[in-house]
Amino acid sequence: MASHSSQTVHTEIRHGFIRTYIFSTDHKVIGIQYLMLALFSVLLGMGLSVFMRLRLAWPAAKWPTLEQIFSVGFSGGQMTPEFYLAMMTMHGTIMVFFVLTTAPLSGFGNYFLPIQIGARDMAFPVLNMLSFWVTFVALAVMVSALLVTGGAPISGWTAYAPLSALGQVAGPGLGTGQTLWVISIAIFCAGSLLTALNFLCTTINLRARGMSLMRMPLTVWAWFTTAILALLAFPVLLAGGILLLLDRVGGSSFFIPGGLVVSDKLIPHEGGSPLLWQHLFWFFGHPEVYIAILPGMGVTSHILSTFARKPIFAYKAMVSAIFAIGFISYIVWGHHMFMSGMSPFSSMVFSVTTMAVGVPSAIKTFNWLATLRGAQIRFTTPMLFALGFVSLFVTGGITGLLLAQPAIDIYLHDTSFVVAHFHLIMGVAAIFGIFGGTYYWFPKMFGRMMSERLGRIHFWFTLAGVYAIFMPMHFMGISGAPRRYAQLTEFTYLQHLQPVQIFISICAFITIAAQFIFLYNFFVSMWKGERAGVNPWEATSLEWTIPSPPPHDNFGELVPVVNHGPYEYSVPGEPTDFVMQNAPAGSVAS
Amino acid sequence: MPFAFAVFLWFMASITVALFIGKVWWLPPLISEHGAAIDRQLVITLIIAGIAFFLAQISLGYLIWRFRAKGGQRATYWHENSRLESVWTIGTAVVFILLSLNGNRIWASYILTPPPADALPIEVTAQQFAWNIRYPGPDGKFGRTDPHLINDANANYLGLDSKDPASRDDITTQNIMAVPVNRPIRVMLRTKDVTHSFFVPVLRVKQDTVPGLMIPIHFTANRTGEYEIPCAELCGMQHYKMRARLLVMSDTDFENWLKQRASMQ
Amino acid sequence: MQTIGALCAVTLMWSLGVSCGGSKETPTKSAEATPPAGSEGAVWKPTGNEGSVTGTASFKGTAPKPRTISMDADAVCASKHKETVYPETVVVNGNGTLRNVFVYVKTGLEGKNFAVPDQAVVLDQNGCMYKPHVLGIQARQNLKVVSSDNTTHNIHPLPQVNREWNVSQAPGADPILRSFARPEATIPVKCNQHPWMRAYIHVIDHPFYAVTGDDGSYKLDGLPPGDYEIEAVHEELGASTQKISVPPKGSAMVNFDFNPKQAYHQSSLTTLPALVLACCGEMRKGGR
Repeated sequence: MASHSSQTVHTEIRHGFIRTYIFSTDHKVIGIQYLMLALFSVLLGMGLSVFMRLRLAWPAAKWPTLEQIFSVGFSGGQMTPEFYLAMMTMHGTIMVFFVLTTAPLSGFGNYFLPIQIGARDMAFPVLNMLSFWVTFVALAVMVSALLVTGGAPISGWTAYAPLSALGQVAGPGLGTGQTLWVISIAIFCAGSLLTALNFLCTTINLRARGMSLMRMPLTVWAWFTTAILALLAFPVLLAGGILLLLDRVGGSSFFIPGGLVVSDKLIPHEGGSPLLWQHLFWFFGHPEVYIAILPGMGVTSHILSTFARKPIFAYKAMVSAIFAIGFISYIVWGHHMFMSGMSPFSSMVFSVTTMAVGVPSAIKTFNWLATLRGAQIRFTTPMLFALGFVSLFVTGGITGLLLAQPAIDIYLHDTSFVVAHFHLIMGVAAIFGIFGGTYYWFPKMFGRMMSERLGRIHFWFTLAGVYAIFMPMHFMGISGAPRRYAQLTEFTYLQHLQPVQIFISICAFITIAAQFIFLYNFFVSMWKGERAGVNPWEATSLEWTIPSPPPHDNFGELVPVVNHGPYEYSVPGEPTDFVMQNAPAGSVAS
Repeated sequence: MPFAFAVFLWFMASITVALFIGKVWWLPPLISEHGAAIDRQLVITLIIAGIAFFLAQISLGYLIWRFRAKGGQRATYWHENSRLESVWTIGTAVVFILLSLNGNRIWASYILTPPPADALPIEVTAQQFAWNIRYPGPDGKFGRTDPHLINDANANYLGLDSKDPASRDDITTQNIMAVPVNRPIRVMLRTKDVTHSFFVPVLRVKQDTVPGLMIPIHFTANRTGEYEIPCAELCGMQHYKMRARLLVMSDTDFENWLKQRASMQ
Repeated sequence: MQTIGALCAVTLMWSLGVSCGGSKETPTKSAEATPPAGSEGAVWKPTGNEGSVTGTASFKGTAPKPRTISMDADAVCASKHKETVYPETVVVNGNGTLRNVFVYVKTGLEGKNFAVPDQAVVLDQNGCMYKPHVLGIQARQNLKVVSSDNTTHNIHPLPQVNREWNVSQAPGADPILRSFARPEATIPVKCNQHPWMRAYIHVIDHPFYAVTGDDGSYKLDGLPPGDYEIEAVHEELGASTQKISVPPKGSAMVNFDFNPKQAYHQSSLTTLPALVLACCGEMRKGGR
């Protein structure tokens, strides 16, 4: 049973503007702050990708207007390859850290975890506020890396050493830009650790009476597991980042071996190992990508159940699968390093563990499909995105079967095939999880409904668009197109792919334009949307028992007592096709 | 809406599978011995992945359409079936294990099998942004190199020590790698500055060149012709232009080529 | 909740506007012919009784046997050369004189401020070789890098005192304009795409410099009368200085001799300075 002696009833204290909206300790305000940070970041990241797609499709083109704004990156009128690489590095970094690690976990999790378990706030509200502002500072430093003289780093979001450790002699942007990048990431790690701590303590300690672990919604299970992953993974990145910083400015040689001659400069460092960086980075990096996807899986399960009007299929197996994915994600990192010069025996072990992580993922997919069987599907916008998630997760995940085998990875490593794989799973499926969560919880957060019509248009453009963008990249990879190339036209064997590049770019521009439909819908509905009631979706979890938007202390006088599981839909013998979690006991055995 | 969604999924899945089966954009021609097993495993995995992908998308589309809400009815309260769960879990695990075992077998046979003792040794040293290729010459020995002797402006890219007799007959080229056909080649991969990656698509060969390490790989090319070698690890601003040519030629042509290059040293 | 949304929307618009507008670097598009900021005194103007220094740089000894430069790395480069290409590290002219020696006034001009010329110094990439191989430029004067080649180059000067930069130049791209803020001797310039390419830039704060050509001679014109130290620098063979007096409206002659034993480093490598930590002494001995 959860202990709730730590919960105190808040009386309504009226704070000033700053305490209420800027330095608030209310988990709901902090959740929205995170979501807005993620929104800014995703727009920035999308903008960077426009540059990337411009160059890939038309590498020799001159862009006089852009030359006016970015005189160095477009010196001579053409986008330089170093500008492309800077855009690519910052696109990846901003999207992975400031969008996919913030919105699903710190954004929606902060807002809805306490409410879904029946708590009044997070366990550590002040720490929560701190974690947001630390993340904000990290973003400010990252943006400064974009703007600094010398430019943003060009070493990719993975910042492999020694390219990232040697400084400006190894390339433009690798001086101040790279240092700022490392500092930003280190600050971000600190912020994420604070978040993870808060989530774990809250979930373990602050559940309402009756909210046993096996009655928690799958969203809570997902956030809980993700928080464990974050707690154990981010310190490793922080350590790696500090070592990299020391190599860059402190004269150490953790990652730089002796005898290097870069651009005719003899590097005085010696004794380090580039592979050490890769191990440290990917030990963090693999759990990180599960941090990006697990909350989306939780949200998808939650939404599917709500709008299928059926309990999620095999709740217990779903919980086990989330845990299994989380656990196994710690022992697969070497699959990013099959070609790195790492021991081939390790590669074999990592290959088996990587295949193993596909099994719980497959279980989840089967269970989602089974949830739909016998359902009465309501095609609301959140449901569309949840269904889209399932489709995209299958597409993105299934190519993992190829990349998990070192023999096949000999050919496919560092080609566009990998780019297609991780974009479909992170850059699309996880984003669909975020969209689904947004459309689903918008009425609760803002007390108004988003436009269903605009939501449908947004959905169709996005689903068709992302498939049109990323499916062709698989074919490019199979043709042998390496990744992180500013253009493919230097190689004869790749020139036939140029029309594909143009196709992808055009689809990308259309899809990006369609996101403005979402933006419009989002902001205009905040003021003009139809007023939402307490439970517009007829859902069962605890957030749908309180007003929209919720009061400061969430539940007011009535602290909920939970008597039912989270997905009691279409229960035989019940008057309505849904039973709230806090409905009186006795209806259904739970 | 449900029908449109289903049609979209069926259409997307069908087009994707058709493009793969039709090999509209496919692997470049294979010219190595060990590559055949890799290609086979790639195709088998693609087929299995393709079947799973196709079935999943088709079922999703079907379920979306078939179980759309029809006024006033309740959904079926069916939310677990241990037998079904076990079947699809074990089934998936078995397929994955078998795939993995076969894949690992092929990997082991490539990476853990040393080349024959008479394999032709070639040293490849990557730098920003060119490939330096070195042949040991008639003495069969690579001369000593020293980073302090590197002088790109003097065309001494490797820092060859002219005082070492073994280095006198070394033949170095930049961005051209000639190999005799049907002979095992042992390539020693090094780098002067950052991590690059030696990737020969037609040979199905790839290996990162890591600063501080010398990494050997081997292959046998079984078709003559001219092919391309891209760099496959981000190494800086001209990563996309790091292009070497692989020339696979007959034994006699190769000997003549070596002699001609030796006279240019 | 709506207030939060409004606040965030406004912040979002503003920050997007800010972050999209920044350019990463501002190269000097034009140099002004005005004295450097913070300097005392007016710009030096000729008075009419200037003299000159002339002389030759000679090579004594056997010229080293050069390796050949093979341009297989880039077919476009190779196509521009019918004859064998040799490195330009030590180029001895037919008459025993040395090419590419940078001669300049080292001391004797203290206290005078010289205007920075409007005209840029041109560095061309032609046949994948830098032309000229050695050039002099005044601090804050524009360097104009052009490319006559149908292949992408990148221009990467490696200064110790000035700011390092590294820029690609594709075929058909406009000239690149940059300048160096501080005087610095022997800045190597490298193209990472064509590793054999090398040029050297000497940045000084006055216009009295010259580079010896294919007859090994140099002339420093328009020098005010006085006592000077003239230095001749060669990229491989070292540097030497000589003192001279320049008479009004007259000429002085200084010849420089270089020989292979004078070479102060065997390679064209420069070593990055090692870091000295207060606690632990020198971390590494950077070696030449």
